[in-house]
Amino acid sequence: MSGSVPGRGRPQRDQRIVVRGLRKRFIDISRQEEVIALDGIDLDIGDDEFLTILGPSGCGKTTLLNIIASFEKATGGEVLLDGETVRKPGPDRGVVFQEYALFPWLTVQQNIEFGLRERRVPRAERREYVQRQIASVGLSGFEQRYPHELSGGMRQRVALARVLVNNPKILLMDEPFAALDAQTRSMMQQELLGVWSAERRTAIFITHNIEEAVLLGDRVVVMTARPGRIKEIVAIDLPRPRDVTSTEFNQTRRRIGALLEVEVQAAFAAMRAETTSMQ
Amino acid sequence: MTAVPVAAGAASLNAARIVAGVHLALRRIAGPAIVLVLWHLASTQGWVDPRFVPSPVTVLHALQEWMFGPKGASPYSGTWFAHAGNSAYRVIVGFLMAAAAGVIIGSLIGWFRFVSDLVDPVIQVLRPIPITAWVPFAVIFFGIRDGSAFFLIALGAFFPIVVNTAAGVAGAPQLLVRAARMLGIRPYMLLPRVVLPAAMPFIFTGLRLGIGLAWVLVIVAEMMAVKSGLGFAMWDAYYFLRLDIIIAAMLSVGALGFLSDLIIRLIGRRFLRWSRGL
Repeated sequence: MSGSVPGRGRPQRDQRIVVRGLRKRFIDISRQEEVIALDGIDLDIGDDEFLTILGPSGCGKTTLLNIIASFEKATGGEVLLDGETVRKPGPDRGVVFQEYALFPWLTVQQNIEFGLRERRVPRAERREYVQRQIASVGLSGFEQRYPHELSGGMRQRVALARVLVNNPKILLMDEPFAALDAQTRSMMQQELLGVWSAERRTAIFITHNIEEAVLLGDRVVVMTARPGRIKEIVAIDLPRPRDVTSTEFNQTRRRIGALLEVEVQAAFAAMRAETTSMQ
Repeated sequence: MTAVPVAAGAASLNAARIVAGVHLALRRIAGPAIVLVLWHLASTQGWVDPRFVPSPVTVLHALQEWMFGPKGASPYSGTWFAHAGNSAYRVIVGFLMAAAAGVIIGSLIGWFRFVSDLVDPVIQVLRPIPITAWVPFAVIFFGIRDGSAFFLIALGAFFPIVVNTAAGVAGAPQLLVRAARMLGIRPYMLLPRVVLPAAMPFIFTGLRLGIGLAWVLVIVAEMMAVKSGLGFAMWDAYYFLRLDIIIAAMLSVGALGFLSDLIIRLIGRRFLRWSRGL
């Protein structure tokens, strides 16, 4: 394992997730036509790598994540986790959703405990893990609150703690901070990086925010407009913690921005063509 | 600009709150009070025949005698608690049967596609049939006793409970199901641990509709198929033209129905504390 070596963007380490020739087609029922959401995705994600995926809306990035999580089935290709094909959702792939997806009838503590309890981890052990996790994401004192009593940032902390407590092999995050205000978002990004570097997690993080992608990722995957393909994978060699005001950061950001801009334009053009043809 | 204006502000705020509370109470009492006054005038001023519309005072006296009068002093004296108890007993048993069947069958319909395909059409066809149409069958199969009332009440209250439960279960957010699967839940635990809790607001709506119907149906059952209870007392009083007793019985059913709905609402409030933020 090369996890402790500086310059962790390089894919030289062991592969944790391998995506091979992933394809996803579905029929758009209202428009009576076939849509190709993903068209041949190949991707290797190294052990304790932080990968961010960037793309225009509708490019299939959520579909890609849902297939890795096994919420959706691929039309072709496969996803390997530590060499084994994934078939159904499980606690080895912890998902953090943009909409939090907390169980509203459970308290913070019960939400975090949910996975352990459902997998019949003995109570004493469970309590210990949960307590430690609550402390590490800064939720102490909020154990008995219900999700609706918490702010968006706090809810997303609960969601993160709920998957981390299961000790997942990889974290899958689908625009987890998109609904948060700028300040909370920035704070959550720092906390996520803290958790990631302290616990050596592998992470896939989807976003449509270029700064976020560059700030968090060892590598940034830029996807094309539909049909979703990988346009380019950019290794981010900036040292951490990264300074978003530095020249190097902004050069990288501009470069990725230029790559993305073309795709956003393409997505727009396609959308406009669709609306006019519908009229 | 120190403590004095602040304290004065708090005091006047308090006063304003009390005034607002009194206003609200007055507005809410005003409607029923006007109805009572008009009713009383209609009966005492000869706008209607007082034999057919007894005044509120007459009704109150009748109710008082019915509830607390010595047994045997008159045909109804002192028999209220027996009648009300009989009705309440039938409502409770019938409702519990409906709740158990409705929640279980509704869950299966909402969760399993093939159960829905099989059972839902049957329910949708039976549902619009007035429960009164079942009375002959109830009497033939269960006789003129409690069984008939249980059957009619359970059948009537079953429909809103089963329909609402099925809708709630079928509509449980897919996102929460995904989250639970991702956290490693065993598939057969999804229904009890995720889907049913998510459906609770719907289930309680069904239960409230069900208990309301149960009180309607207990009166129907007692008028037609059983020889005791508030419904029977009403029908009996009609033969003797004791319209004061009929109105007293109507008010009794209203009060008991309100009370039972309140109990379900309070239970629901405990269960659904979380849903206020949704």
